[in-house]
Amino acid sequence: MKELTFGMLLAVFEEMFGPLLFWLMVAAAALITLAFVYVVIRDRSLESTRLVRAELLAPVGAIAAILFVQFITNSGFKDIGGPIDVIALILIGVAGAVGLTFLAYVAQAVLGGKAKRTG
Amino acid sequence: MFDTIQSGLIDRRKFLAFAAGSTALVAAAPAARAAKVKTSARIVILGAGAAGTALANRLVDRLDGARITLVDPRKQHLYQPGFTLIAAGLKPASYSVSDTGHWLPGGIDWIQEAAAEIDPEAKKVVTSGGRTLEYDYLVVAAGLSLDYGAIEGMSLDLIGTNGIGSVYAGPDYAAKTWQEMDRFTDKGGVALFTRPATEMKCAGAPLKYTFLTDDYAVRKGTRGKTKIVYAAHAKALFSVPIVNEKVRMLFGERGFDVVHDHVMTAIDSGRKIATFNTPDGPKEIGYDFTNVIPPMKAPDVVRNSPLPWTTGPWSDQGWVEVDRHSMRHVRYPEVFAVGDIAGVPKGKTAASVKWQVPVVEEQLVAQIEGKTSDARYDGYTSCPLITRVGRAMLIEFDYKDNLTPSFPGVIAPLEELWVSWLMKEIALKATYNAMLRGRA
Ligand SMILES: Cc1cc2nc3c(=O)[nH]c(=O)nc-3n(C[C@H](O)[C@H](O)[C@H](O)COP(=O)(O)OP(=O)(O)OC[C@H]3O[C@@H](n4cnc5c(N)ncnc54)[C@H](O)[C@@H]3O)c2cc1C
Repeated sequence: MKELTFGMLLAVFEEMFGPLLFWLMVAAAALITLAFVYVVIRDRSLESTRLVRAELLAPVGAIAAILFVQFITNSGFKDIGGPIDVIALILIGVAGAVGLTFLAYVAQAVLGGKAKRTG
Repeated sequence: MFDTIQSGLIDRRKFLAFAAGSTALVAAAPAARAAKVKTSARIVILGAGAAGTALANRLVDRLDGARITLVDPRKQHLYQPGFTLIAAGLKPASYSVSDTGHWLPGGIDWIQEAAAEIDPEAKKVVTSGGRTLEYDYLVVAAGLSLDYGAIEGMSLDLIGTNGIGSVYAGPDYAAKTWQEMDRFTDKGGVALFTRPATEMKCAGAPLKYTFLTDDYAVRKGTRGKTKIVYAAHAKALFSVPIVNEKVRMLFGERGFDVVHDHVMTAIDSGRKIATFNTPDGPKEIGYDFTNVIPPMKAPDVVRNSPLPWTTGPWSDQGWVEVDRHSMRHVRYPEVFAVGDIAGVPKGKTAASVKWQVPVVEEQLVAQIEGKTSDARYDGYTSCPLITRVGRAMLIEFDYKDNLTPSFPGVIAPLEELWVSWLMKEIALKATYNAMLRGRA
């Protein structure tokens, strides 16, 4: 691929998931990010208890993301063949971990209401 | 209190700036295209496969007022790179099938007939229904024909019986090939793989299927009872020397028996014997399972026209005589060929189509405007060479047999990788579809 443009990437992702699902996923990711930023601004800080609880879920997110990719693609751990495969696996794991951490933090903040500030 | 409001504001401001930035990025994405070129040119495209469809979509975006006619009798579009996955039991036959009409742009005329005659002197095409289409520009994108008749004793109805498979014949035949391969790898025996001596689409496909059959035999524990014979049509296994060496090594590691200069000429399905032309005369090889790949040639309408090469190695195969860089016909400057039908060395793949189509688009639009274009195709082609379920090598090269990796230093072309498999399994069809729509 000589010129991998942003437009081309968008087109490929739209084809991969179907335009509706793809833009729903983009919207969901944007919403979660916005919600995260909103609660951080609202609470004027990251709330450590929530963060720790959310972070506890990170490994779950990582493993789930890796297993999901393997599930949809007829492949498994034995197919890891070179350094880039390990990096790809780590990136997928990181994406799952970060995604779930954000989601968990936001869910607690939204459901649990405004953080009580001590001190 | 004031401090916190202040900092909150700053955060909000920063955040808004970030949000605005991302929106600008998305808005800028579809790179600003030049204004449409006004023309009343009549453009006829023969074939609505990968190349014809992608080109039609792009031309509709570039031209204003052009009369574009697509000629193709086939109502179903076939995503051919999926055939290998179907024949490996990983996807159903329907994976490769969609409606041709689904991909075609509005504002063009689709004539659901075959082109029956091409007359480039009079600049017209006659269809199977007897219609005459006059053109100012003609793009030949009719793909290629599988010449099963050239193998004595072979016919399509044998596929799926008596150990005979043929991945190329279509999605249903690919599924039948899987049934035979599955049955075969349950027990073991002799698996015989071949390739024709003609030019062929996706020259890596015969190798992929050999690797896949081996992989299933290993997984099922029958590899010890299985002999894998690969009959190469020439001295090499692959036309690009560096790839050939890698494949030779992998074949060695996997314990495949290779015979060279063997071209299949006949098959006796009752006795399960294939006959080959070799420098030492005809030779027979018995099999329990085989993947028959027929010789390939240009469709008759092109072969019987004045468009093909008349000299050189392809004079018997009918590929259109185009300049390898501009894809423009050497003798008829208003005629182009793109995709499998183009008589260029290398490049009968959908990946090549992806690179050829924008070149034809640029050249054609420039010609309409009375200008010239320096857009050129350098022979780029690629092949995700599957070496087992879950791993592939992403092999990319050009006319000069240079490796042209898309991700240099990241994805090693001659390494069997999981990411290359992921690309084949999830990204390839999406990229192909985006290409059909003229967006990739
Ligand atoms: C088993 C297999 C595996 C493959 N794997 C890969 C891969 O991994 N990667 C890759 O990049 N490529 C792969 N390919 C190759 C790729 O599919 C083709 O190179 C690509 O489809 C060529 O596009 P095309 O438009 O030239 O031809 P096609 O897509 O074949 O379209 C030709 C069209 O012309 C029409 N036509 C024929 N005769 C006439 C006529 N007389 N009048 C009007 N219309 C006519 C046909 O109906 C058809 O619709 C594979 C192919 C096969 C078979």
